[in-house]
Amino acid sequence: MNSMKHKKLTTEYSTVGSRVFDVINVAVLVGLALVTVLPLLYVLAGSFAGEAEISSRPFFLWPEKFVTESYRYIFATDTFVRALLTTVVVTAVGTVVQVLLTFTMAYPLAKRYLPGRALVLNLIIFTLVFTGGMIPTYLVVRDLGLLDSYWALILPLAINPFYLIIVKSFFQELPQALEEAARIDGCNEMGVFFKIVLPLSKPIIATFSLFYAVGIWNDYMSPLLYISDPDKWTLQILVRQLVSTDAANALSQMDRTWVPPEQGLKFAVVVIATLPILFFYPFLQKHFTKGVLIGSVKE
Amino acid sequence: MATDLAPPPTSAASISGHRRRRAGLRDVFTRYRWLYLMLLPGVVYFALFKYLPMYGVTIAFQDFLPFLGYSGSPWVGFKHFEELFAGPDFGRLLFNTLFLALLHVVFVFPAPIVVALLLNELRVNVLKRTVQSLVYIPHFLSWTIVASLTYILFAADFGVLAGWIRDFLGDTSKIDYMAQEEWFRPIVILQQLWKQTGWGTIIYLAALAGVDPQLYEAARMDGAGRFKQLWHVTLPAIRPTIVVMAILASGNLLDSGFEQIWLMTTSLNRSVADVFDTYVYYSGITQGAISYSTAVGLFKGVAGVILIFGSNWLAKRLGQRGLF
Repeated sequence: MNSMKHKKLTTEYSTVGSRVFDVINVAVLVGLALVTVLPLLYVLAGSFAGEAEISSRPFFLWPEKFVTESYRYIFATDTFVRALLTTVVVTAVGTVVQVLLTFTMAYPLAKRYLPGRALVLNLIIFTLVFTGGMIPTYLVVRDLGLLDSYWALILPLAINPFYLIIVKSFFQELPQALEEAARIDGCNEMGVFFKIVLPLSKPIIATFSLFYAVGIWNDYMSPLLYISDPDKWTLQILVRQLVSTDAANALSQMDRTWVPPEQGLKFAVVVIATLPILFFYPFLQKHFTKGVLIGSVKE
Repeated sequence: MATDLAPPPTSAASISGHRRRRAGLRDVFTRYRWLYLMLLPGVVYFALFKYLPMYGVTIAFQDFLPFLGYSGSPWVGFKHFEELFAGPDFGRLLFNTLFLALLHVVFVFPAPIVVALLLNELRVNVLKRTVQSLVYIPHFLSWTIVASLTYILFAADFGVLAGWIRDFLGDTSKIDYMAQEEWFRPIVILQQLWKQTGWGTIIYLAALAGVDPQLYEAARMDGAGRFKQLWHVTLPAIRPTIVVMAILASGNLLDSGFEQIWLMTTSLNRSVADVFDTYVYYSGITQGAISYSTAVGLFKGVAGVILIFGSNWLAKRLGQRGLF
């Protein structure tokens, strides 16, 4: 039986049409992968190239002359350094707040016997179908006095309902025996959560920390809506200002005698804004391919 | 009544069965106080940032004045909706939004299905995993980065893609494609393809992995070649997934994606770029027409709800399983 199956397989895949298809298929998919990464590699190479090279060579993956002028320039500007620091701090603090709020809320929601749980769950699911929209949310943030505050970049997005529901399902799957044992030992629910449940949840905490962190790092809409003070710009806002408008204008406080590498600094700032994501990407990938997040993370 | 509130925390042991039956709500709260306490911050979050804005949509029916507040501002009924529907912008907004949605349905929605099927046919596992790892990357990059890459690649003076297009069209003027109305839609669709196609394959690949190998074997026994198997086994197997994704997508038909469109809008292409999402920001935040822009947002939100329930109903009518 087994050998027959094998024989069938080989004959089926060795027909001319099948072979041709395989070759084309490999070519198409390798092409797709290249289309995905080549722009990123080009920007990386361009960030280390001089102005003349960027404007004369249309595409390259290795600079002819290796220069760090673009990076030295942006790191010498207050605007860029401040935006970078702001984004790092907001991302770090925001991720802690989001993970804490999400996991703390998911735990009681995982307790099927808790009166009122179904009502809360339904109210959460309803927010996936209908929202108040941009302007009413803006008014709430304004009325809370959060305009031009870094908290406006964190609190309105504090709990992602999709993530919350996934964490809740995860808690429901946890073996209850350990929790029971802790309760009999006199632990209250808060103690059970922090001493028993959270230590068991390390991988899923790591997963959602990464997803939340990527979300805040990449967020453009919140700072656009809630932050008007240029001193509080985040990296995404700065990238936008630098790339699509006159680059030097966005960094106006600069030393006037230093002629900015107009194009090169666009490349450099894009690289800096992308790098952390690419750095954490292998860790992200390990988790999302496990299927925990499938379907629910799709925006 | 309270007796079926089982697996209780140990503190419940101190409450006698008799008292439990009578004490009711207060007793429930005492018994589960820690769980309710843990629920509280999350409930406050949803109340403040999800339900308060839902209540806030009432200002779409008012002439909202900040110093009079939600309750004090005068009610004006459907004035802002009439203004929207009869106004000069509505036709353009609807056309632009629906045109982008149509292009999305035709080009962006099927792309992950095709790529997933191709990946599924790839028999060199190392190659398959490598391609997957690479094409997922753009999903994690911000729209700001995608827009920046676009600016760099389409820059009039040095952009490599701009150069290719010029060569292809035999165009000698150093035209800036990013500023051209007719290039707005192709560029936006290209960005969506680049950013989301790879990630979109995950859900279909998961469905493909779940297909029973015996089905293929049976098809082979019946003399089906690779392409017949693809048509008669693989595609039917992922059809429920396609239907669910289609229902979800239909709820987003009027959602053009604020960040992407906003980042690609310039003063030169607004006639084709303006969609409901960016118009809400523009009229509400930039121009300060609070009530009017809320009405625009509410129109979009309600239409989205109708679309998602409508397509779910349609899917069920057509014999598919639907979403809910």
